[in-house]
This record gives sequence, C-alpha cells and structure tokens, in this order.
Amino acid sequence: MAQEVYEAIADGILGGGVYALMAAGLTLIFGVLDIINIAQGILVVLGAYLSYVLSVHLHIDLFVGLLITIPVMFGVGVAIQWLFIRPLRGSERTSMTLLACYAVALIIEGILYSAFGANYVSLNAWYTQPNASVRVFGFFIPDIYLFGFGLAVVAALVLYYLLYRTTFGRSVRATMQDAVAARLVGIEVNRVAALTFGIGVAITAVGGMVYGSTSGGFNPNSGYDLISRLLAIIILGGLGSVGGAMLAAIFMTTAEALVDIWQPNWAVAVFYLALVLVLLVRPAGLLGRRAVRAQ
Amino acid sequence: MTRLACLVLVIVAAAVFPLVITNATATDIAVNAMIFVAAASAWNIFSGYSGYLSLGHAVFFGTGVYTVGIAARDWNLAGDKVFALLPLAGLTAAVIAVPLGLIALRVRRHTFVVITIAFFFIAQLTATNLKSTGGSSGLLAPVLNWTASTYNNPFYYAGLLIAAGTVLASFLIRRSRFGLQLRALRDDEDRAAGLGVRAMPVKLTAFTISAFITGLAGGLWFYFLGQAFPQFAFDPLFDLAVALMAFFGGLGTIAGPVLGALILEPAQLYLTLRITNDYLSEILLGVLFLVIILFLPRGVLPTAGEFLTAQRARLKERNRGR
Amino acid sequence: MTVLLRTEGISKAFGGVQALDDCSIEVEAASITGLIGPNGSGKTTLFNIITGYERPDRGEVFLGGKKITKKTPRQVFAAGLGRTFQLTRIFPRLTVLENMLIAQRHADRGRAMDQLEFCGIAGHSSALAGTLSYGQRKLLEMAYVLVADPEIVLLDEPAGGINPSLIHLIADRIKELNAQGKTFLVVEHNMEFVMNLCDHVAVLDYGRVVAAGPPAEIRQDPRVLDAYLGTGEEDDEPAA
Repeated sequence: MAQEVYEAIADGILGGGVYALMAAGLTLIFGVLDIINIAQGILVVLGAYLSYVLSVHLHIDLFVGLLITIPVMFGVGVAIQWLFIRPLRGSERTSMTLLACYAVALIIEGILYSAFGANYVSLNAWYTQPNASVRVFGFFIPDIYLFGFGLAVVAALVLYYLLYRTTFGRSVRATMQDAVAARLVGIEVNRVAALTFGIGVAITAVGGMVYGSTSGGFNPNSGYDLISRLLAIIILGGLGSVGGAMLAAIFMTTAEALVDIWQPNWAVAVFYLALVLVLLVRPAGLLGRRAVRAQ
Repeated sequence: MTRLACLVLVIVAAAVFPLVITNATATDIAVNAMIFVAAASAWNIFSGYSGYLSLGHAVFFGTGVYTVGIAARDWNLAGDKVFALLPLAGLTAAVIAVPLGLIALRVRRHTFVVITIAFFFIAQLTATNLKSTGGSSGLLAPVLNWTASTYNNPFYYAGLLIAAGTVLASFLIRRSRFGLQLRALRDDEDRAAGLGVRAMPVKLTAFTISAFITGLAGGLWFYFLGQAFPQFAFDPLFDLAVALMAFFGGLGTIAGPVLGALILEPAQLYLTLRITNDYLSEILLGVLFLVIILFLPRGVLPTAGEFLTAQRARLKERNRGR
Repeated sequence: MTVLLRTEGISKAFGGVQALDDCSIEVEAASITGLIGPNGSGKTTLFNIITGYERPDRGEVFLGGKKITKKTPRQVFAAGLGRTFQLTRIFPRLTVLENMLIAQRHADRGRAMDQLEFCGIAGHSSALAGTLSYGQRKLLEMAYVLVADPEIVLLDEPAGGINPSLIHLIADRIKELNAQGKTFLVVEHNMEFVMNLCDHVAVLDYGRVVAAGPPAEIRQDPRVLDAYLGTGEEDDEPAA
C-alpha cells in the first residue's frame, strides 16, 4: 500500500514536471498577449503526432526528433498568431481571440483525425518499454518518466535563460508588464507577441513527445483532456504567474495520481474539484497577481 | 408598420411550415433549427448581453437531456406526456446554474471562460461515470408509435414554441431595466457597479434564465433524437456552434442568434449528410468560424446594417450633388 | 458654513511610493472647492479613496458627518456623492439616453432628457455613446452623474482636453447648479478655470496638503509656487 503511494507521488511529481512546462507556455502566452490559448491541448497532440511520424516512418529517435519538431511547432505557433490573432481588433478582442483559438483547435483536430484516424497510438522507444525502469528506494520508476522530467528541467532552464538573460527576453518581460510602454521604448511589440506565441507553442513539441510516450495511448480526441487539465492548472496557479502554474501542475498531477489508487474513474475530477475549491476561497488563484474583482 | 407585417408573415410561415413541406428530411432539419434558435438565443441572452463568454452551456443542454431521459425512464412516460417533462428539464438546468454561477461569476472574464470549460468537463465526466445516467452506454428515449409521415411535427411545434418564447424573452429583456443594467455591465462593469447596478444578481439572473432555456432545448433534442451519449449530450461542438451562431448573426442583438441558427444549423446538417467524413465538417466549422471572426467581427446583421446605412448615405450624397 | 465632505489624515502608499500623506481637506456645503497640485501629487488617488475605489492605509472620510471610508463605490453613490473620471467613462454601446437611465434609481426619461438638454447634448440622445466626440463624452459623463441628483459632485479634470467654449459651458453649468445649492469638488490643472470658479482651493504636493484658502490667497502663496515650480529658492518672487 505504502509502495503504491510512494510510486504515485513519484509519478505525480515527475509527470507534473512536463505539465508544468506546458502550463508555463500557456502562462507565457497569456502574460504577453493577454489571451488564453485554448488550442494548446491539441497542439501538444500535434507535437506528439509529429514525433510519432518521425519515429515510426523515419526511424528517428524521439529525443533527436525534437530537433525537428521544436522548430516546426515554433513555426506553427508564429503562423497562428500572425494569421489569426494579430488581425483581431476592437472592443471584443479578448473574446474573439479565445474563440479564434478554439476554432484553430477544431481545425487541427479535424486534420489530425483525417490524417491518422481515431486509433490510439503511442510513442515507443527502448526507454518507454515497461521493463525499462530504474529502481529507487525499493520501487520502480520508468525510465521515460525520468528522461521526461529531465527534459522538462532542461527546457525550463532554457526558457529561464531566454527570458532573463537575453535582450529578447527582456523585451518579452517588458511587454508583459506594459505593452504601451514597451512600444514607446522601441520594442516591436508585434514581433515580440508573434515570437512569444511561437515559443509557447514550441514547448508543446517537448510536452507532446513526453505525453505521447507516457500516456499509454493517444488520439486526436486527447486534446480535450489535456487542455482541460492545463486550464485548471493555470487558473489554480493564478493567471500570469509562471511559478504558480508550475507549482499547481505538480500539485495537481500528484493529487490525481494519489486519487487514482482508490478511484481511477474519478481521479481526473481532482483537478476540477481543486480548481473550484481554490476559486471559492481565492478568486485570483494561488499566486495570481491580477485584479480579483470581476472585470 | 412594415416591421410588424414582416413579423406576422414570418410567424405564419413558421406555423404552417410542416404542413406545407412534408419532406421528412426538411422537417428534421427544421426541428434542429428550432432547437438551435432557442439555444443560440439563450446563449446570447447571457453571453451576448453581459459580455461574459460561456463555453460551458453544454452543461445545461446535457442536463436537460439527462433530466428528460432519466425521468422518462424512471417514471415510465411515453408519447405526448414526455413533452410535459421539458419544463422540468429547464428547471433542473436553472437550479444547477445557480451554484455554478455563484462560483464562476465572481472572477474576471478570462477566468470565467475557463471555469465554464472546467464545469463542462466535470459534467461530461459525471455523466460518463454515474450508473444512473447509463454511463458511457447512454440513455434511450421512449420509443414512439406515431405516424411516420407526421412524426416530426409535434417536435417541430414544441421547438417552435420554445424558440418563439426565447425570442420574445430576449426582446423583453433587452427593453427592460434589467437588460439595460446587463448591457451596461458589458461595457464597464466597475462603473456600472459604482452607479448602483448590483452586478452579481443581474449576471446570475441572466445566467439562470439562459440555463433554463438551454435545458429545455436539450430535453427536446434528446426526445427527438431518441438517444443520448455523454460525449454528445455534453459536446464541446455545441458550445462552439451556439457561440458561432450568435456571433454570425450579431452578438447582443435579438435577431442575430435567430438568423445565425437558421442559416448555420441547416447548413451544418446538410453538410453532414453530404460529406460523410465527419472530420471534414469539423474542419469546415472551424474555418467558417475563423472567417467570420476575421472578416465579419460584428456579425452579419450589424455589418449588413452598416453597409446598408453607408449605401443610403452615399445615395443621399449623390442626390444632393444633382 | 457646514462642512459636507471631510477627509481626516488620509495616508496611502503604493509599493514604495507614498501617494498620500496625512491628507486632510474640508469641503463646505454649497461651495465649489478646487483641488490642485502638480502631476503625481495624489489628487486622483484622493478621489478614489473618497469614492470607495481604494482603501486608505490610515485616515477616515466623512460625508455629512457620517463615516464613509469603508464603503463601496455603489454605497458612496447611494449616499449622495457622484464622481467623474479623468479618462471619461461612459457606456459606449448604449445610447446616450440609456447611459442616463443607468444612473437613475427609477427610469425617468423626462428628467434624463432635461439633464441632457442642460448639458447641451440632447440632440444626440439616441446615438450610441461610443460615437460621441471627446468633449461630448465629458458632458455625458457629467450629465449622468448629475441626473442622480447627488448632494456633492466630484469632478476629475472636467476641463481637460476640450476647447475653450466647451470649458466655458461647463463652468457656467457648474455655477448654475452651485447657485441652486449643489456642492462641487473639482480637480483641475487649468488654473484660470480653478481661480475663476472656486470659492476655496486646496493644494496638494507629494500627497500632503501644503496650502488651503480662497483663490486670491493661494495664487500668492510661495509654497504653492514651490510645489509647481519645485525650486524652493528664497529669491523667487510670488506672482502678482
């Protein structure tokens, strides 16, 4: 029994690392562009399918394949922002961009269904096999979980470096704080917006690869499951707080893993219940810094 | 005067429609169109007037579905009697809307949308997992022995009644003080609150009314379709469809959602009949939505209205020049 | 000579910035009181605190002797205090007339139209408020605040960014209403406007009240000049 609990906690924390990364991408997009990218879930699935194609048809290793999928997803992100989000103006801008993202998600889902059908597939490599695991303190942690977590940490460090140690990163942070002021000091806000969206989506390439290897099977419909979790995570963590999103991610996945021991069917409900409870007490989320009052 | 005449004409046409056009496919589409006129108008009553986009109205639709389904099954009802369950469907949805609204309406608009999505997934999950809802096998509606040729008619008239009632409600609300306060919240909630508008009760009332009607629509839909599965009773495409219809016709107007539903629902059904590839219709829906958002952001009616006004002005200019 | 609105020792800091520091002002009933000071002196913050949009760190606000410090904007409005904003706030998608109806407890189109007439924009009553020019919006905001018949009206830069004839119109209307007994507290940068209109002026600098009195006195007060010019040199001659 205790064994199961420890395993669940370990799985939860490691799995949470990847969700934390994807949630961070969402938060980044929200912080700079003030929109919630509902398509993030299906984009993760797209990233997973890209890794799948590279792995199955071109026999490229999953991790190596990232060198291709990351730039591709980055391009997809920039294209989405440039084509469908940037042109939106007017007083209804926030609602429109949300619906636009929803529409884009639908289109991508449809394309994936048309291309791959509804069959469940998964990403496989030597390190995703059931027996490929490491023994720690008497229980087994699958290799892929460790690799995935390691990857997430590396990606997070790269992101941190990008945001805090480069000029571009400074522009991003400035735009997050005050887009008008940023423009006034010469920052090309449109370019920053497009690039940030691209980065936020590029992260889904990483997330997609790990998700595809650890989910036990995915298909185009998996996007809903993902986006609902990601949304719950960023709200719980507080819109606009990357740290909060990461904390919430690890918390949620661990809680779900624990509940899964007793009630597998309802485990995912933990996400939403936690969300509702937190919002009752703190409408701004755990670490949210935006105005609490309904706008 | 001409407006009233037009309205009367429309009502008469709608009333005799199934008696004139007896083609089963046509009346089938008509029933669905009525259901969505009601659902889109209901969505507009809340989201269009208040500006709080709800992407979780499928919760109320599905609640209506399951209320009628479970009640008909447990109370052994069939035939005309099942229509009497529709108000119950609406009521159940409205009752659920109150706690949901109390939670969701306290937060700002971004978060609100996300919470409605969260509620949606909780609802879908619940329906899939509970035994009383039939789980993932779904529910069956009572089998009806009505005449095949006029089978659709009772459903059509029930739908017409609900749709007409909804449009009337939309009209009355817009003209009322309640509607004014609601619309003020959309423009500047804080300022409105500062001027004496009680935001939460106003928003919650609109939310509940919207939920009631959506529940009605769901109940009727279930009975007409004959069966319900959790993923279709609680369908994310429903949320997108009603939002699209309302936007297409003109968000926040009375006729907008009606027009949107009357155009888009038959179009979508027709496409589904012609294009057997389910996924293609999904892609088309997404593309259509993007096109509308990008090129007709205020919806067809308002944009057309502006276009006509501009044309009239141009004509006047030309006449003045003579 | 009764005091209608009073603040007592209001202090408010935002992060490291002390926006208001032990600020106490008095507004007499049926007066037109001006509140002036350089940019950043805390005038709008004081307005926000008085009307319930912000909470002070210390101090109290009294309206007609009753404490209103912790009241919400809605309660403050209901208590008889109306206010306009520096960046004019109207309801752009509602018609001009509808904008007026929001502020009324019970819809009274007649009164609303009268008020619009008084402010000179009755002709636009069925236009969408969003189509109004900047100056017209200012008038609309003032109109809908007035239609609720508040005891005291707080105006945040009513003369900002509009042409002189419009400024004149607004000043006239304020004088007319004041003659009927309405109290006004006006924040303004336009010195001519303030000096001609107000019976009493308070001057803020860095969140503190540095001077208060009739316009003629304030005009000559060296502390006021210091506040605006910021020199603090002894050999500065006070303006005539």
